[in-house]
Amino acid sequence: MQRYFHDELQELRNKLILLGEKSNEVARMAIESLLEGDLEKVDAVLALDDAIDDLEKEIGRACMRYISLRSPVSTDVRLILVALKASHDFERVGDEAHTIARKAKDILTREGRLSETLKFDEMSRLASQLLHDAITCFVEEDLEKAEAVIQMDHQVDALNNHHFDTLSAEAMHGQLSDATRFEAVLISKSIERIGDHAKNLAEEVIFLLKGDEF
Amino acid sequence: MNEVTPPISPTPEKPIIEIRNFNFAYGSTQALFDISMDIGEKEVTALIGPSGCGKSTFLRCFNRMNDLIDNTRIPSGEIKISGVDIYNRDVDVIELRKHVGMVFQKSNPFPKSIYDNIAYGLRIQGIKRKSQLDSVVEECLRGAALWDEVKDRLSESALGMSGGQQQRLCIARALAVKPEIILMDEPCSALDPVATAKVEELIHGLKKDYTIVIVTHNMQQAARLSDRTAFFYLGKLIEYGPTEQIFMNPENPKTEAYVSGRFG
Repeated sequence: MQRYFHDELQELRNKLILLGEKSNEVARMAIESLLEGDLEKVDAVLALDDAIDDLEKEIGRACMRYISLRSPVSTDVRLILVALKASHDFERVGDEAHTIARKAKDILTREGRLSETLKFDEMSRLASQLLHDAITCFVEEDLEKAEAVIQMDHQVDALNNHHFDTLSAEAMHGQLSDATRFEAVLISKSIERIGDHAKNLAEEVIFLLKGDEF
Repeated sequence: MNEVTPPISPTPEKPIIEIRNFNFAYGSTQALFDISMDIGEKEVTALIGPSGCGKSTFLRCFNRMNDLIDNTRIPSGEIKISGVDIYNRDVDVIELRKHVGMVFQKSNPFPKSIYDNIAYGLRIQGIKRKSQLDSVVEECLRGAALWDEVKDRLSESALGMSGGQQQRLCIARALAVKPEIILMDEPCSALDPVATAKVEELIHGLKKDYTIVIVTHNMQQAARLSDRTAFFYLGKLIEYGPTEQIFMNPENPKTEAYVSGRFG
């Protein structure tokens, strides 16, 4: 039996999807700003952080309200737990995008351009794709896609390790300043963390659909 | 886009019942102490509290049902409905109860047909024309979400209906005389979860046209159903506010203890 307050759960799902889309967009823009060396895009990313934080808080309040007033059980409880965890993951994606944009700006200001070594092209596109797929598997309740996201995250981790090794070796050649290399390591780590948050979301979708612990 | 409940104002914007410093006693035993609150028009207001806290007594004050009990008295205070002091000696109590209908804990259909249960109040008012009665019976049964279930057996006895249907019939019967306010005293306490859900859905739907005041022991029901909640303890109003506030962040520690089940 559909109850009048079940609409509030649909509204919660919609808000979570919106937050997912916003964080995906800001991550994509941050990565593009890095790949394209686009300072305007960097500023746009920095400006979007508050909107993402506000939406996460809104979702938290809606979850607390639903738990307090609607006595949810079973899948409804799981959806609320997933909303709380996933909204935090999305908020963290926003923070990582913010870090990428800020570091990219520092490097661009100092170096004038980004060398090919620092563009992390493959890893960036992969992390962005993972986040997109993780949101899609939540929207479409697609268990197979969720499991695929978890597997693909290993590739992002491997690329991060590869970048770390490359940047360490670069120290021998001295073509990049220490500050730039250090910031580049942090950028790579932030991209890797975006992949981790996508993986978390995929695990949360599996919990939502199957009820298994995660 | 789904319909989602908008946030509610801290106090009722359009009060239909105004209670000021209201005291009530059964003989020498005072049951209600200095109650002041406003009940908003076309809102659902829940009265909660442990047994004996005075919530049902308070509810029955709104249509002067307590007048039927010997030795009751109102030491001081007033209740105004739509601006009229209902304890003024000029008030016609029968007329008052037309405006303030009531649904009780146990469904109490008349031992008559489903149709006659609804038409009863109208016939007492002198309405005899069948087409008019037919129209009101259908309207009220639809209003109580019962029409589709009973439209083919209107002449059958109401006593043959299930408990949940009987309770919705009593709500339909209350609607027939077009009250502005409906009082409900534990309307779901004798019903199973499915029948309870149907009555709750009905109450939620009725609030666009009626003001509803409901007494309930079921805190989840108060939380699910009401716009505002009043918590009573030992005859005193401890806290009254938007239901969201009472259940998510009550101001009074007694309210917190009661709604979280830590009471006593």
